[in-house]
Amino acid sequence: MVDTRERAGIGVAGEPAASTAIAMNGGEAVAYALRQIEPEVVAAYPITPQTLIIEKFAEYCADGVVRTEYINVESEHAALSACVGASAAGARAVTATAGPGLALMFEMLGVTSGMRLPIVMHLCTRALSAPLNILGDHSDAMAMRETGWVMISGSNPQEAYDLAIVAQIVAEHPDVMLPCATMIDGFMVTHAVERVDVLPDDVVREYVGEYEPEMSLLVPGSEATYGALDFRDYYFEHRRQQEAALYAAQSVVEDALQRFGEISGRDHHILEPYMMDDAEVALVMMGSAEGQVHAAVNAARAAGLKAGALRIRLFRPFPVAAVAEALSGVRVVGVMDRAIGLGSADNPLLADVKAALWSRSDRPLARGFVYGLGGRVVTQGQMNQAFDELRSALETGEVGTDPTYLGLREVQDETVLGEGTTA
Amino acid sequence: MTLKLRELSMLDDGFNPGHGLCAGCSESVIVRQVLTALENPPVVALATGCLEVSSTRFPDTAWKVPLIHSAFENAATSASGVEAAFKALVRKGRMADRPITFVVFGGDGATYDIGFQWLSGALERGHKFMYVCLNNEGYMNTGIQRSGATMLGAWTTTTPAGSVTPGKPQWRKDMTGIIAAHGIPYVAQAAVHHWKDLMTKVRKAEAADGPAFINVLAPCDRGWRYEPEDTMAISRLAVETALWPLYEVENGKYKLNGPRHKSLPIVDYLESQGRFRHLLRNGDPAVVEEIQGIVDLEWNRLREKCGLEPELSKNEAEAVTSAD
Repeated sequence: MVDTRERAGIGVAGEPAASTAIAMNGGEAVAYALRQIEPEVVAAYPITPQTLIIEKFAEYCADGVVRTEYINVESEHAALSACVGASAAGARAVTATAGPGLALMFEMLGVTSGMRLPIVMHLCTRALSAPLNILGDHSDAMAMRETGWVMISGSNPQEAYDLAIVAQIVAEHPDVMLPCATMIDGFMVTHAVERVDVLPDDVVREYVGEYEPEMSLLVPGSEATYGALDFRDYYFEHRRQQEAALYAAQSVVEDALQRFGEISGRDHHILEPYMMDDAEVALVMMGSAEGQVHAAVNAARAAGLKAGALRIRLFRPFPVAAVAEALSGVRVVGVMDRAIGLGSADNPLLADVKAALWSRSDRPLARGFVYGLGGRVVTQGQMNQAFDELRSALETGEVGTDPTYLGLREVQDETVLGEGTTA
Repeated sequence: MTLKLRELSMLDDGFNPGHGLCAGCSESVIVRQVLTALENPPVVALATGCLEVSSTRFPDTAWKVPLIHSAFENAATSASGVEAAFKALVRKGRMADRPITFVVFGGDGATYDIGFQWLSGALERGHKFMYVCLNNEGYMNTGIQRSGATMLGAWTTTTPAGSVTPGKPQWRKDMTGIIAAHGIPYVAQAAVHHWKDLMTKVRKAEAADGPAFINVLAPCDRGWRYEPEDTMAISRLAVETALWPLYEVENGKYKLNGPRHKSLPIVDYLESQGRFRHLLRNGDPAVVEEIQGIVDLEWNRLREKCGLEPELSKNEAEAVTSAD
């Protein structure tokens, strides 16, 4: 086993490689990265909005551009199951899915992390049914958040590409050996065509190296048993080891992002603060709404509010201390959830942020916002409204208990749900 | 290599003593027959079930061959992934090519019911692996519940023999036929007592150019309610009553491998096991007759596929005789 630094062969030369700019959508960007990584096995089942990834990758396979075994499975559960077999066999295994597909995988999400298999998944975040909705929100990712995967969130096609590469070495790091998911917003990232700076193939291959597992089913003479039964005498310890490995992933992600910065010149961190140095109010968010949030920060600043924003890139393990540190000095924090934690004390991201702040004696007021469910258009106006609320909380010292639903029409209005359907 | 019992008994099959399967369980016998018959080193995938929980309890394992279990329904897909990984690793020059046989063991629950889609998908994709169904006709690991393989009239804990329903109300699924309909190169039905037939089938499955499936009847003394020492006799009865004919479908061609004639009535089989006792004790001839009728029908359908004349049931034969 080698350290990521050695495996990437970087930190020696130190000069970023020359990138090529290509206009492509987020799905194609992931597929482009996969072509460069050339995993031994890709197993996937088509689901909107992930199809852009697997269709493009299928073309690479059909043209012999990659030597990957591409398994067109009959369901998402099988997609991850096949990856489990392939990964235990010593192969690099990758899948991609979205929304209901992730829900169908659910059993295998925990199996994958519990078996400590470094499978990479590209999650094109999508609303969960019912009602059926193919568009982007974070309901699926939030349902996955306690299944033991490292989860890294991107906000645009460039990050879809970058994180697809970074995820590979995070998962396989000997201190981690856990599956890693990248989260890119369905349609808003997967289908958005933007400039993507891609690295030369050899630079990517040097960065990811080859997966060299300590053991595998296919090592000649192997007597390994994978997926053994644990009872009350071992399960607890194995679960604890798994948890420790997941927390250890934070520094591995930090390190991998730094090394990636060295080869690409792109400076990614586990958190992305914006105008936070003197911020008194801040919005914490994740995913593709970053542009609207930053525009609203600028507008609020122009109106005299010391506003800032903090984007979460590393969602699992949740970087508790780093989030608390990033928010130090903030007096009112707003947390943007693109999912509802049905029946929970708080929506998912708000709950994490509050927990991160709890140990601080000078903890700020915290207010929840829900936005963009089921692909509801996210606007700067919504974010302006959020900052207006944070400003009034700053002035009054009151934040209330219920979240604000940005962009939601009042359900009492018959025109929203149709005649005869109002409560 | 020919199958000589004296030589086979000297081979290390890779499945060790010390596992926790019940006394009288047929599964370890089947597993050892399969592993012994293989010409290539195997990689084994297991579905969750009796065999898996009884042989892989951490930190021990009964297996001296590489093995993977991940969930109940997806053992065929595990094998898909391993097989695909091997192909890609060889193609990329990261591993030398060598003969390996990918073997899956799944119970009837994992095969007929919860894992049917996973198995069907893997067969359709054409991965080269051998799937062995350890068919004990129920969810024995969870406490003898009915499955799609359970016999009509059988008592199970979810089809108890009550005053209204006499055990399981439905006939079993024809899984071997369903798998044969996938058009894979080799499909067979086998039984634990007939080791030579079973092992010959394993050899053919291993040599097949694509996926292969062997459905092995796996009598379960706990679930079927008989004495542990009777396992082989019960298996033999299932074949002799034509309830479980031994046959194979090789590249689409059906062939009977076991007895060509039905030598015993189904009631002999039913009488051998406590799970059918209520049918006989309470005098439910309708169910017994229904079972016999279906066995006769399926037997003749199979004979027809094998190019053999239909065989008359006892009643039909008597009717013909009296008409003479």
